[in-house]
Amino acid sequence: MSVTGIIFSNIHDRNLPELTRLRTMASVPFGCRYRFIDFTLSNMVNSGVTSVGIITQTNYQSLSDHIGTGKDWDLATRAGGVKLISPNITAFANDNVRSHISSRLESLKSATVYISRRKEDLIVLSDCDVICNIDLGDMIAFHKKTGADITLATKKMKLTPDLAVKNVIINKDGDGRVNDLLIYPFDVSGEHSVSLNIMVLEREKLLNIVNDASAHGYTSFNSDVLLRNVHSYKIMAYEYEGYFACVSSLSEYFSCSLELLDPEVRNALFGIKNRPIYTKIRNSPPTRYTDAATVSNSLFADGCLIEGHVENSIIFRGVTIGKGAVVKDSIIMQDSVISAGAQINCSVLDKNVVVKEGVRLSGHSTLPFYVPKNTIV
Amino acid sequence: MLQKKRCVAMLLAGGQGSRLYNLTEKTAKPAVPFGGKYRIIDFTLSNCVNSGIDTVGVLTQYQPYVLNEYIGSGQPWDLDRTYGGVKILPPYQRATGAAWYTGTANAIYQNLDFIERYDPDYVLILSGDHIYKMDYSEMLKYHIEKGADCTIAVIEVPLDEASRFGIMNTYEDGSIYQFEEKPAKPKSTKASMGIYIFGKEVLKKYLEEDEADEKSSNDFGKNVIPRMLKNGAKMFAYPFSGYWKDVGTVKSLWEANMDLIGQKPALDLRTPKQRILSRNSTRPPHFIGSEARVENSLVTEGCEVYGTVINSVLFGGVKIDAGAVVRDSVVFEESEIGAGSVIEYSMLDCRVRVGENCRVGENAASGKGIALLGAGLVLPDKTVIGGGVMTSVLPKEDK
Repeated sequence: MSVTGIIFSNIHDRNLPELTRLRTMASVPFGCRYRFIDFTLSNMVNSGVTSVGIITQTNYQSLSDHIGTGKDWDLATRAGGVKLISPNITAFANDNVRSHISSRLESLKSATVYISRRKEDLIVLSDCDVICNIDLGDMIAFHKKTGADITLATKKMKLTPDLAVKNVIINKDGDGRVNDLLIYPFDVSGEHSVSLNIMVLEREKLLNIVNDASAHGYTSFNSDVLLRNVHSYKIMAYEYEGYFACVSSLSEYFSCSLELLDPEVRNALFGIKNRPIYTKIRNSPPTRYTDAATVSNSLFADGCLIEGHVENSIIFRGVTIGKGAVVKDSIIMQDSVISAGAQINCSVLDKNVVVKEGVRLSGHSTLPFYVPKNTIV
Repeated sequence: MLQKKRCVAMLLAGGQGSRLYNLTEKTAKPAVPFGGKYRIIDFTLSNCVNSGIDTVGVLTQYQPYVLNEYIGSGQPWDLDRTYGGVKILPPYQRATGAAWYTGTANAIYQNLDFIERYDPDYVLILSGDHIYKMDYSEMLKYHIEKGADCTIAVIEVPLDEASRFGIMNTYEDGSIYQFEEKPAKPKSTKASMGIYIFGKEVLKKYLEEDEADEKSSNDFGKNVIPRMLKNGAKMFAYPFSGYWKDVGTVKSLWEANMDLIGQKPALDLRTPKQRILSRNSTRPPHFIGSEARVENSLVTEGCEVYGTVINSVLFGGVKIDAGAVVRDSVVFEESEIGAGSVIEYSMLDCRVRVGENCRVGENAASGKGIALLGAGLVLPDKTVIGGGVMTSVLPKEDK
């Protein structure tokens, strides 16, 4: 298949300020051993999209470390493969440039060199935080079959006003043609189709859109390109039926993470035949449980040492849980150490956190307590 | 344009490993799974990489398919190199005829051309059936300091076990004056680990002499080393201390797996130094259910545990249903234990399906030994497999 993938790695950084202070949205850790971008990247690779450009803006050290040469996604190839497209800010640019460049259109403008040099006919654009297992091959076939100018992936969701204000609602006619977009609407609730921020279009079309937008000073793909042209372009909605985690705040990050304890959710993300989710290989040994370990209803990555009590929690790679420590309803990221006798409840511990002996940390299920990377408590 | 390599490793991986019974029915011993997510050969390959050796010839002969596929391009070990890297070396046909590898020395002899391509000063000979972490560069340093023709790594073993090993008798300076294969009355406790470093020219000379000797069985331990000693070659024993285990039998393979667990495991894989690399699966994290009990065990990616797991090692994708008990056992990839079944003192090869309310094995105290179920075996509900039974097929019903 002749398709190039483009991923926006810094999009929605502001939704998770805690977790994106030192990293891109794309490299936010999720599900014991993954980063957000692993889902998008794997979806592309599993659908035969083997040339992928990742557009970065700021804070992308952790992302470039995670992606490496791309070989863990089988993207270390001569024809295509994965490329980080770093921001193209000239030495003469003033400071305003940096603040402008956060939108998809601006990002694409800085990636026009990459896009125009690709040989593939089609482009699939995706945000980095679309946690789902979608068959993009099927979506691309749908795009070709319907003869659409642009195809958007959508998902029916039950919205609360809090959720609606962070999503784009897609209205369509009986044939699936999009006739309206509600962009970050206030005070909307109920079941609606929301945009997954994955779209397919021809490469030439995309270049024209970016050039035109640049000439007119447009900045928003949703309002300036899609909504403005909703009747002149043939925009089709491709309905995705599977699981989708919409993470637009820390408490949603917390609840979506804990949803992985549900076997159906795990199955929908990780259990689809021939559609595995790839991630960076760390060569951790298997997790070791000692005599003192008591664990229930929890997910564990490799490389952990478990000597304490773990319940309803998500434990990342290389975590140590000491004797008599109690971890409940919490997310403990890579290489953190929970010392003997410490108690953790409804908390999100970022990477490399050390909780000393006997310390107690607690948040609430609606307001989890966040401990930043490298903190010693 | 070929570049010179200082040291090339040759890894002997052709052995059948018949004492592993059905585990090696379709797999060469080095490709037998170990420790939850590894295969035996991962340890020697990782040792090579961790010691700065980037050119490794793997000599295969017996059932090589799984091993070849596993090693592949060598990418998991960073051995997919532009020049050097890991190369599979099976026996091959030449203008003058074709021959299988008749012994360890003959296997290397037949691949002298491969070694010459890299023009190394030293050749490291390894076997692919031991579990240990070792820095070969320290051994090479020792070899060079001693000005040796050949250096053999040795490990101290208990005196009462010494007669099971090839024993090196040495002088104070480490030089070897005698080699005894499985001596009835051992004079020392320095057992050969089957790891040799030779100067390339010395190796070539002795392999050619050995090949010319029609009476030789072309084995390093039996023929080449004794011949070198007889000729007065400078041979030294390099003392190694640390974990080392020959996993040539079902019992020793089981024991080595158990050495990875405990409060202070005999072999701790969690140390950041000398990381063991392996080909990774793309399985999700492992899940421990609400009613599950997991104690003193290794569990890895893709496992789903709803029952009880005690003193055991689970490989990737293993499923333990509610009410099932796995004790003192090793369960290879993708095997499933049905509800209410009890597995004790057993090893289950890959993709074994144990139905509900089965019994497999008996505890070690029964003295019946380890039960071993072959790959892909399906046990219907309520099947009983006694202690020490090793089978790849369902036992016939006794009526």
